[in-house]
Amino acid sequence: METESKLMQGNEACVMGALHAGMRFFAGYPITPSTEIAELSSLLLPKHGGKFIQMEDEIASMAAAIGASIAGVKSMTATSGPGFSLKQENLGYAAMAEIPCVIVNVQRCGPSTGLPTSPAQGDIMQARWGTHGDHPMIVLTPSSVSETFSLTVHAFNLAEQFMTPVILLMDEVVGHMREKVNMTKLQSMPPYNRRRFDGNPDEYYAYRPDQSLTPALMPFGEGYRYHITGLYHDETGFPTNSTENARNQLTRLHQKIEDQDVLCLYEEVNVDEEVDLLILSYGSTYRSARKAARLARKEGKNIGEFRVISLWPSPEEAILKAAKRAKAILVVEMNEGQYVQEIERIVKNEAPIHFLGNGAGELIDPEDVYQKIEEVLTCQANS
Amino acid sequence: MSSELITKYFREERLPHIWCPGCGHGIATRAVMEAVDRLGWEKDDVCIVSGIGCSSRAPGYLDFNTLHTTHGRALAFATGIKLAKPHLHVIVLTGDGDTSAIGGNHLIHAARRNIDITTVVYNNYIYGMTGGQYSPTTPFHDKGTTAPYGNIDQPFDICSLAQAAGATYVARSTVFHAKQLSQFVEKALQKKGFSLVEAISSCPTYYGRKNKKGSAVDMMNFLKFRAVPSSRFAALSEKEKLEHVETGEFINRTAPEYTESYQKIIDLVQERKESK
Repeated sequence: METESKLMQGNEACVMGALHAGMRFFAGYPITPSTEIAELSSLLLPKHGGKFIQMEDEIASMAAAIGASIAGVKSMTATSGPGFSLKQENLGYAAMAEIPCVIVNVQRCGPSTGLPTSPAQGDIMQARWGTHGDHPMIVLTPSSVSETFSLTVHAFNLAEQFMTPVILLMDEVVGHMREKVNMTKLQSMPPYNRRRFDGNPDEYYAYRPDQSLTPALMPFGEGYRYHITGLYHDETGFPTNSTENARNQLTRLHQKIEDQDVLCLYEEVNVDEEVDLLILSYGSTYRSARKAARLARKEGKNIGEFRVISLWPSPEEAILKAAKRAKAILVVEMNEGQYVQEIERIVKNEAPIHFLGNGAGELIDPEDVYQKIEEVLTCQANS
Repeated sequence: MSSELITKYFREERLPHIWCPGCGHGIATRAVMEAVDRLGWEKDDVCIVSGIGCSSRAPGYLDFNTLHTTHGRALAFATGIKLAKPHLHVIVLTGDGDTSAIGGNHLIHAARRNIDITTVVYNNYIYGMTGGQYSPTTPFHDKGTTAPYGNIDQPFDICSLAQAAGATYVARSTVFHAKQLSQFVEKALQKKGFSLVEAISSCPTYYGRKNKKGSAVDMMNFLKFRAVPSSRFAALSEKEKLEHVETGEFINRTAPEYTESYQKIIDLVQERKESK
């Protein structure tokens, strides 16, 4: 079979992936460096019979995306740092009301307006904990243009399967770089559509979960009249002040995405045997880490690589397993030390953890990583 | 009639409602249901969206597709629903704080787009759910728990705001004039475009008590005597205008509706695609 290849930008791959996954609604607001996602969506959606709307602000675009999904249409919004902060309110609503949708954050250098055109990975913790209250969150992060396509499809599929918002955490580098992608392979990924309730409307309980602990929310306007709220609610969807009910609902919201293989995404290189150093990274930063690790291995150094793809929930078991085979760990990320905290939580005393980071808007070069590798290995040899 | 309406449109198992004795919100909700009933719309085709506050609890009692969203954001959620499924009749029930303070931006932009959504604002001049703080419609010098010395903000005229922003049908009545209110809502529902009806409601528990407006009955009488139709309102002095409430229809015009305009784009783009 002939394969079709295309040269594509990361932000463009996000839109192509979304359309392949079945996105037919996009609501957004202009912000650098994610704007191409809105621009391309406005161009392509009507051709697919879908809708694009530029809302009055980031809060409204998150709300409109949720509204469209409630009406049964797969929806997405895209933003960057300051806009991501504004989306948090309704992101929590989507988690609580169990409305699937995809939120793309093409990370830029913060805090505040920061350096709008410079890259960073500074929203790792905000993606996990940005909205108030205890809530589960699925966060995926791509390292390449091709993976931006596949993870966007995956994000939609997970949102529909688990009835929850899913965050695609890109960064400016991945968003703006251009690479060759194999469209034939990517377009073979099957889209997943949310579960439906086939029974009589009189027997329909919108928030009664199945064995997978997820509810089957029927699109509004199809004969199943029910109530959706951000208040704690029972299986009918109506609010209740019962703390016992709140306990059950909160537990279910967390349990539905716990210990799911499909949510545990990572890539390992050279970790079958014991390694002197395990480099752990993600997103565009992993590309620098990979280059440095390869160079070091060529020189005979025993280096393993671990790339995290699903940041949240973190691939905890796999990280711990890899850590147990490492004499030391080096976490490399484009911030002042965020995911390294999660690694410290998981690894504890299994291996010493070193850190290389930069949250001031500059890429971490392979040379920077290589130097750090040498530094850690020298320190190891001397101790 | 009222019991028939309740059986037909209310979720009786959700009653009694949370509103205080003497609150005007029940009358406003009934006026909306009467309008829907006269139009004979299928309940499955109607979607009622609200934000946060006393007024925003209304959808929970109503047997439609109902959505209780975040504070001020009802119109933004409703915009997503309407654009995704334009055949749905989308109604937003909201309050003065919900729609003109935290949701003010969404109100003016929904009106500007002229998207086919009907908004009914239950204006009781106060934040009731949180216990009586002054809102953007609280009259000058009136009191709230956060305006203990009197409110020095100038109040919003929500109808003027909606009209200036581009709404194609705007009217105001009160919960005392329930029949007129329901007629305005009916016309708003029929308008293909963004429509807004302001229902002046009463809050004896907080606004009334804080401002010595007397009992719930006194407050109803206040609405009865202080509501003045536009035709007579213009003749009042500036001082008298501040003491009265202008009622009536302020605008009823035609303009391109947003979802219809979008459908034209889809048709155009897809025709081009086919002809290629």
